[in-house]
Amino acid sequence: MIALRNTLRLAALYAIAAATTAHALSAQAGDHAYRVDNPGYRQECGSCHVAYPPQLLSAASWRAVMGGLDKHFGTDASLEPAARDGILAFLEKNSGRRDTKANGKPLLRITETKWFAREHRKEIAAGTATRPDVKSIANCGACHRQAEKFDYAESSLQVPGGRSR
Amino acid sequence: MRLSTHLASILALSAAFPAPAETPARLQDAFALEAKRENPAFTAFSAERGRAFFTATHGREWSCSTCHTGNPGAAGRHASTGKAITPLSPSANPERFTSAAKVEKWFRRNCNDVAGRACTAQEKGDVLAWLLATR
Repeated sequence: MIALRNTLRLAALYAIAAATTAHALSAQAGDHAYRVDNPGYRQECGSCHVAYPPQLLSAASWRAVMGGLDKHFGTDASLEPAARDGILAFLEKNSGRRDTKANGKPLLRITETKWFAREHRKEIAAGTATRPDVKSIANCGACHRQAEKFDYAESSLQVPGGRSR
Repeated sequence: MRLSTHLASILALSAAFPAPAETPARLQDAFALEAKRENPAFTAFSAERGRAFFTATHGREWSCSTCHTGNPGAAGRHASTGKAITPLSPSANPERFTSAAKVEKWFRRNCNDVAGRACTAQEKGDVLAWLLATR
């Protein structure tokens, strides 16, 4: 009887541990590691820039981004409709719960979201983002050295020129 | 039907339905067929014309070499994101020009960015001739 009770207790502990792990893996903006398990997204969107974690924009924002790929921040990033639709479905499914809108319109840039500003503005000295080795605030990998692996932990953070705090 | 007509339709079909794994030479043959269709006076591709096209601007800010550099054997860098771009020359990077779909996708996007229009088959073939000629 005691053995059975212990087994049940152990099972309950495992269940709690599993639930906690599952929660940690279903990352939301602000976490340090993201799960991005879609080869099409990683390949197509990751060929010009880091494949940004889908969790960082809302579904409405991703729909707006994927609806304008022929004029994608100054370049033509158009895809065949089938590839585009497949990637959009993945992005919608893994999008963030935060509303990423401004003036009633879905934001297209992660860097313009409130979350991004809160996380970055105080840490980055003026001029860091325009350094030739950084080029753009959207170049995650310039500081987050494991961004290609969707790992944004502090331990792999190295800001060119140093952090401002 | 004459044999040449048969051959032409086989070639046209193979251009329309390319095999999954392509080679730069076969892609070049497909460009040649298309170039001939676009311009009956077309005779051959020119590596020198390809180099000139690749390194010049065409009415917009960027040339091909803005991101890819003027050396097809060298790695490039995306002009706005800074992301590394592997070399274009098949001798330096054997993955290049092995997928017709990929080649079409990138010519479509990049010609639009650089020239504001689609490239002609001759322009694509000239560029490929230059990439193949450089080591």
